[in-house]
Amino acid sequence: MIPPGATAIVGAAESTEIGTVPDMSSVGLAIDAAANAMRDAGITAADIDGFTCGYFPVADMSRQLGIFPSWADNTVVGGCSWMFQLRNAVAAIHAGYCNTVLIVYGESGKSTRGLGQSFDAGQRGGTGQQFDMFYSGGQAAATFTLPVVRYQHEYGLTDEELAVGAVSQREWAVDVPRATLRESTSVEEVLASPMIAWPIRRAMCCLVSDAGGALVVTSADRAKDYPKPPVYVLGTGGALEAGVMSPGGVREPLRPEFIRTSGEAAFTSSGTTHADIDHLMIYDAFIHNPIFGLEGLGFVDYGEGGHFIAEGHTAPGGKLPMNTSGGGLSYAHTGAYGMLCMLESIRQVRGEAANQVADVDIALCHGWGGYWSACSTLIFGTSVP
Amino acid sequence: MDVEFFDASGDATLYSYTIQQKPFALWGTDGPRSVALVRLAEGPLLTSSIVNCEQTPEALQLDMPLRATFTPFDEVTVLCFEPAEKQP
Repeated sequence: MIPPGATAIVGAAESTEIGTVPDMSSVGLAIDAAANAMRDAGITAADIDGFTCGYFPVADMSRQLGIFPSWADNTVVGGCSWMFQLRNAVAAIHAGYCNTVLIVYGESGKSTRGLGQSFDAGQRGGTGQQFDMFYSGGQAAATFTLPVVRYQHEYGLTDEELAVGAVSQREWAVDVPRATLRESTSVEEVLASPMIAWPIRRAMCCLVSDAGGALVVTSADRAKDYPKPPVYVLGTGGALEAGVMSPGGVREPLRPEFIRTSGEAAFTSSGTTHADIDHLMIYDAFIHNPIFGLEGLGFVDYGEGGHFIAEGHTAPGGKLPMNTSGGGLSYAHTGAYGMLCMLESIRQVRGEAANQVADVDIALCHGWGGYWSACSTLIFGTSVP
Repeated sequence: MDVEFFDASGDATLYSYTIQQKPFALWGTDGPRSVALVRLAEGPLLTSSIVNCEQTPEALQLDMPLRATFTPFDEVTVLCFEPAEKQP
């Protein structure tokens, strides 16, 4: 087992602009974010000997940045690919394969300028494309959301209660200058927004944005020499399940085992418990994702996640601040949101978030990939326990 | 979990679903279409669509009995499900 805090994030940045950036390609957003993260860490390309990206050819991207790494990773499992890559980077650094890794992401999701390999490329030739794509054309709002009606039926969660999640996240976004949607909203407004795939309405779906993001991660020993306080990687988890671009591939869709597997790995490897978590990010491509995350990670029992959010516990002033940037629903969501999700956790641990929660020592970030094909759980901290 | 091949009866129940407002072009229709999770009588879940009935929450009741039906398109034939009991 890798000891908690063996590595730390020492550089973290988004692209200079996010939201609607029609004058930058996916590659451009990635390069811009990489440069910003290196500047944040006070280093140059020569200081980096490990490199990861996803959706791009890895050697092309490293070369464009003037980085000639001795270790690389190009794991693509959907939106949480960069979380898997961070987990792999932690292991590589601990194993001595490299010292300092740059993790790079960029996606022109809204302006579609040079998208490069989109995630469907990762699915090409798979059984999902062969058997599951016909029914919805792969539309995320109609497919990723398939368990919602069953959940509502089993646990008595009304449309009004479901809608609170979007309202809570908007309340966070109101105070975030870089968030795309900053006007307060209401349950009535959410339920009056256009129907996309019953029972899912537009305000229950993520944004479509342009953005890049990048991280610099190094060993805890080296991390002390960087300008910003280290954000230690305390624990990591990851797991695969559905595989077919549909939650229909999950063995038990109301109790997805892969979430529990990933969460338990992160808690065990970090030596932390739920009570230690001061701040939470759960990747919200759609409004139900945080419900299943809260339950699968064990913050609440199965069937309680929807009501927990509806009661306001994750909203501003609640006991478990969650998705404090506004999340995919209100901040930004490119298509693969995992990097942006991690960056808000890191800003909170650094104490530099727009919506800074008081006294964040330990933060948990959980992300998804490929409509429940994959998930990853990361626990970050201000210090090594 | 054991992996095995078996002949499925085609009997199933409706586990969960959405109703897509702008269907996949393959369907050749402007109207709403269901995307469903179907529980085979033998246990496994499949992603599919419910056909030969109204595409409304009222007509599509969770746990309703379904049976397999094959829907031909131009180049492929797709496994769908329809209500096992005739709609009134």
